Amino acid sequence: MAKITFITTDDKTITLEGTSGSVMQLAVDNSVPGIDGDCGGVCSCATCHVHVAPEHIEKTGAASEIEEDMLDLNDYSNERSRLCCQLEISEALDGLVLQVAESD
Amino acid sequence: MSNNHTKERVCAVIGASHAGVNFAFSLRKEGWEGDIVLFDKDPVLPYHRPPLSKAYLTSEDGIEKNLLKSAESYEKENISLNLGVSISSINREDKILYLSDGRVQNYDKLVIATGARPIIPPIPGIDTAANTYPLRTAGDVENIRHAFHASSNKRIIIIGGGYIGLETAASLKKLGGTVTVLEREERILARVTAPEMSNFFMQLHTQNGVDVLTNKNVVAINNTAGVNIVTCEDGSKFEADIIVVGVGIRVNLELAKDAGLHIENGIAVDETACTNDKDIYAIGDCTFHYNPHYKRHVRLESVQNAVDQAKVAAAAICEKHPVYNTMPWFWSDQYDIKLQMVGLSEGYNNILIREEESEGVKFSIWYFKDDTLLAVDAINNAKAYVLGTKFIKGNNKIDKSKLADPSVLFKPANLLAE
Repeated sequence: MAKITFITTDDKTITLEGTSGSVMQLAVDNSVPGIDGDCGGVCSCATCHVHVAPEHIEKTGAASEIEEDMLDLNDYSNERSRLCCQLEISEALDGLVLQVAESD
Repeated sequence: MSNNHTKERVCAVIGASHAGVNFAFSLRKEGWEGDIVLFDKDPVLPYHRPPLSKAYLTSEDGIEKNLLKSAESYEKENISLNLGVSISSINREDKILYLSDGRVQNYDKLVIATGARPIIPPIPGIDTAANTYPLRTAGDVENIRHAFHASSNKRIIIIGGGYIGLETAASLKKLGGTVTVLEREERILARVTAPEMSNFFMQLHTQNGVDVLTNKNVVAINNTAGVNIVTCEDGSKFEADIIVVGVGIRVNLELAKDAGLHIENGIAVDETACTNDKDIYAIGDCTFHYNPHYKRHVRLESVQNAVDQAKVAAAAICEKHPVYNTMPWFWSDQYDIKLQMVGLSEGYNNILIREEESEGVKFSIWYFKDDTLLAVDAINNAKAYVLGTKFIKGNNKIDKSKLADPSVLFKPANLLAE
């Protein structure tokens, strides 16, 4: 069980609990605005872009090469960007805070 | 935003796959307060279709790991989901749907998201062939998985070397099958990629132990005690315990056509996904719509188009006046290869291939009409995909010699023509 908090682009805070699956699926199942996950979680669409809270980078680790490349030209990406379909829910993520990134 | 005038109204949606489901949730988000009623003849809770031929086929997962939305999400958003029900006809005058189970459903706004069905070619013997399936639904995958596990020889013939056929070939090979792909044309993926990309996938499958044979037009299937003999026009014969048919789709147009809606190569819709009836919209694979970037009407078989038209239709019904203007994109996963495609390559007259100087396979094919970039196919190369997307959208002129030179870094400024 992990509690994960999403901060939406209009500064609403949504805290959800998940046990398995991806963070993207948790967000989609709970209609977190700005997380669409159109491709179903295979790093093909970049519609699940989040910024990991600075103090939580160690929980999630760094983005993989394909995530970095998918966000390469994104105006809203930064060094804490992740595609949250690539974050697998586990106890290690308990307490994680994610800012939903803006999109064009 | 409140839409009080929508409170007493009903929006009915025929088809609950990517387009229909995304539409329903988008409509709620846009402020529709009335009923949203979804219908689909598939009895399974709506699921992601692209993984069916890919990761889902090779996994032991049930469909619950692959849902578009959880069952609770529909309740939470007050979306009524009616599965295992088909619609027999639309009465536009009285705004009523007649259901196959005899019920009726009234509507104020109707969305047709009926998608497409697999073509089953009229090959003599196909009706009586053993373990022969298309691959479009979760039920099809169940059938294929079941036949595969029950078969001792696991000899699989795949009819059709398009994306579905090739993805299925890769998946069943991974599971330990003996897989042969029979393609009627002289190359695989002939309709959708350049010959160079066809060659690449041909080699990829060969390296992975799948026989991909071209110029193989299947003319007969004989089922002998549960083993199929597949005969091609050139006289060659193949034994198959399981046959997967992947020769393309036919759009589900009948309801719209019978209702007198305007049909072209799909249900004709405008830039808000509205048909020629102002209270009926159509979205997804079944539509024939205008693409402003390519300045022509197209019909697209893709998640991207389904989702984007869903959002446009939802906004339009809530009177937000959106316009459909998106760039088509697609993907395919086979073995350890990720293909990402952006744009529409039809009409290209020259291509450029860029091979990256990295370990492993990593390249991209850029499709041009003269100097105008139309589309990019990127193999294990998301950078090429996003850069291509940016250049196509921006109508940028590209310095082709720099693009072809892998020592020139993939940065927009490095590659634009002077």
